[in-house]
Amino acid sequence: MLATAETLAIVKARYGDAAAEQYQALAYGETLKLGEVALRLVSAGHVLGSAQVVLEWRGVRVVVSGDYKRRADPTCRPFEVVPCDLYITEATFGLPVFRHPPAEAEVARLLHSHLLFPERTHLLGAYALGKAQRLVRMLRLAGYDRPVYLHGAMVALMTLYRELGIELGELRPASDPKGEKLAGEIIVAPPSAIADRWSRRFADPVTAAASGWMRVRARARQSRAELPLVISDHADWDELLQTIQDVQAEEVWVTHGNEEALCHAAAGLGIRARALSIVGRGEAEQEAAL
Amino acid sequence: MKDFAQLLDGLSYMASRNGKLRLIADYCERIPDPGRGYALAALTGELSFAAAKPAAIRGLAEARSDPVLFRWSYDYVGDLAETTALIWQPKPGANRPPELTEVVERLAMAAKAEVPALVERWLDGLDATGRWALLKLITGALRVGVSARLAKTALAQWSGKDLADIEEVWPSLKPPYAALFAWLEDRGARPEPGRVPSFRPLMLATALDEAALESLPPEGFQAEWKWDGIRVQLVAAPDGVAVFSRTGDDIGAAFPDLLEGIGFQAVLDGELLVLQEGEIASFNALQQRLNRKSPTRKLIAESPAHLRLYDVLLLEGEDLRAMSLYERRQHLETWYRERQPERMDLSPIIPFKAWEELAALRADARAKGIEGLMLKRKDSTYIAGRPKGPWFKWKRDPLVADCVLMYAQRGHGKRSSFYSDYTFGVWKEGEEGDSLIPVGKAYFGFTDEELKLLDKWVRDNTAERFGPVRAVRPGLVLEVAFDALQRSSRHKSGLAMRFPRISRIRWDKPIEEADRLETLQAQIEV
Repeated sequence: MLATAETLAIVKARYGDAAAEQYQALAYGETLKLGEVALRLVSAGHVLGSAQVVLEWRGVRVVVSGDYKRRADPTCRPFEVVPCDLYITEATFGLPVFRHPPAEAEVARLLHSHLLFPERTHLLGAYALGKAQRLVRMLRLAGYDRPVYLHGAMVALMTLYRELGIELGELRPASDPKGEKLAGEIIVAPPSAIADRWSRRFADPVTAAASGWMRVRARARQSRAELPLVISDHADWDELLQTIQDVQAEEVWVTHGNEEALCHAAAGLGIRARALSIVGRGEAEQEAAL
Repeated sequence: MKDFAQLLDGLSYMASRNGKLRLIADYCERIPDPGRGYALAALTGELSFAAAKPAAIRGLAEARSDPVLFRWSYDYVGDLAETTALIWQPKPGANRPPELTEVVERLAMAAKAEVPALVERWLDGLDATGRWALLKLITGALRVGVSARLAKTALAQWSGKDLADIEEVWPSLKPPYAALFAWLEDRGARPEPGRVPSFRPLMLATALDEAALESLPPEGFQAEWKWDGIRVQLVAAPDGVAVFSRTGDDIGAAFPDLLEGIGFQAVLDGELLVLQEGEIASFNALQQRLNRKSPTRKLIAESPAHLRLYDVLLLEGEDLRAMSLYERRQHLETWYRERQPERMDLSPIIPFKAWEELAALRADARAKGIEGLMLKRKDSTYIAGRPKGPWFKWKRDPLVADCVLMYAQRGHGKRSSFYSDYTFGVWKEGEEGDSLIPVGKAYFGFTDEELKLLDKWVRDNTAERFGPVRAVRPGLVLEVAFDALQRSSRHKSGLAMRFPRISRIRWDKPIEEADRLETLQAQIEV
């Protein structure tokens, strides 16, 4: 497995050391020669360690974006624009209804709710890799200095992020042996846990969920969150369009999302774009992309 | 507009009633007049803008976006106002977000032709949530799960004033309710209830605990039949008449015959019934009329409305609520004798000396088609709400049936992690032997502890899942209590249960011994 050192560490923490037979770390910007092809990784701004892959062969440059976003994220490096001939982009939020508001404003909504319901527990549903750490970091930057409580499924990656130098403040396990109801506290949990049996032990929880899908009400209601927060680690519609223009590619291939709409919009901008169907990409995987 | 948008957005997702009350109270606390007044008017459905129509919104949205992308987006989102709000790209430049007050006041005066340009400018000034709220506001389809009563309850909680007092002055007030807020914040006097009809919250009875009967003096109580209609309040004010349901909804439009030619001023408490061929008709017949927002002349002629009077709250300008029931009844009887009002009669008082006499009458109630008895302390003043002690309902014993649990659905709010709504069925003979047919749905009657057990049972015995609903393998018998069975063409079983609730969980009972459809059919009331 070839990846940034951070990504390799995440893989091992998530899937165990046996996840791959061999690991090879490549730092951002460092070049690896594979026959006639030169390969390097540049930041994708998605989560800690995430990278775009830049391939060069006889003066032709191809960039594979992977998952990315363009906005500032206090837990990872910003996205790097690499001009290229062919750009392969994700399109998770490939419809113009997906425009993420400023994440700081969404965190402020969470804090307002925390003030308004001081006797209730706030359960914040967030994807365990990247989103959860970003939210905790943003809460800290917004001045929230109480301990943040964690669902068991959150602990491993939080610990790793901290070891990799991300300041997360005081973290405590939510499953307190004394059975405390944690009234007035914020707990970070996987999205599936916020409205299921696990949540019953807390004080009349306010359920929040942070994801780009929360922009659309029908989707937000499915999550059963009382406080949907539109915070995503994927590029929104404007960022997708901005990026395919910034990289000045002759051709763009679109994958992982709503390819059709992004290709249509690219054509309107005079960019040749087509859908790249990757076998094995199912609905379930799309659901997991938060 | 930003705060109003956040309020609507918050309300639309907040499942808990207390949470909603808090959001409204927080808004009233933070937002000055007249903005909060207009927000309140929007929530209580008292704003309407005839000039702004969905078709105009769609026109705006399509003119400002790529039609192909708009169509795909609308397919995905499924709501026109929301799609427009999300897809809208503000024109570059300085766009000032409008205040709610500005929106309401400008729209109220705008000519139809001016509206699109106004709305377009406002959409440019707002963010996505603001645009959604604006479009919901002007098309009059808020749908955020807040009734007018809930909004007033929030005002009562926030200000510490009585909900009954707020309800009473409400109809005489107009948005943005400056005088109301002045009173709620103790900066001004309570507004005078006006000349238009206003609802006074009803006095309700609690269920009688039969064991407590012995300790109650029979001579201190007035007994009446509990009639099987709907409890209403008829209000005849100087400038209008209205009939309100128990929850304060004006249902006068459905019963114009009841309000015709009223020449007195009073607030009367009674049971709304319908007559057929001069006799009190079944609840079903009343239901037919309730379903019609404006009844046909034929329906009125066939099933005229009738009011059976229980009590009087106000009479010719005099407030009788502080008097005893005994005195109010005297006033009511005298007034009735002198006035001879049409389409009304008095709910008769049942003479009795000992509780045993009433118990015997009650035992016979089902055969007579009567719901039960009401017991009211003769010295009770008229208190809004459900005070414990002065009034009791002593309903006839319910019918019960042993049914098999078939489906369970997740509840709402506090119960959202529980499978708490149960659909149950009984056995029906078919060509391939017996099968279960659903006969009803119930979501109360059990304790919190029992709910946990039921929830676990459902999870352990799930056969199939359909979104929030689980089909379970037949295996649990529920004893279901209900007030009556009615014929129904809308249900596959051909019958509808009134007021079903789970009376016992029969963990012990084999499902084969549950009831059969024929048994239930035999109990249908005609």
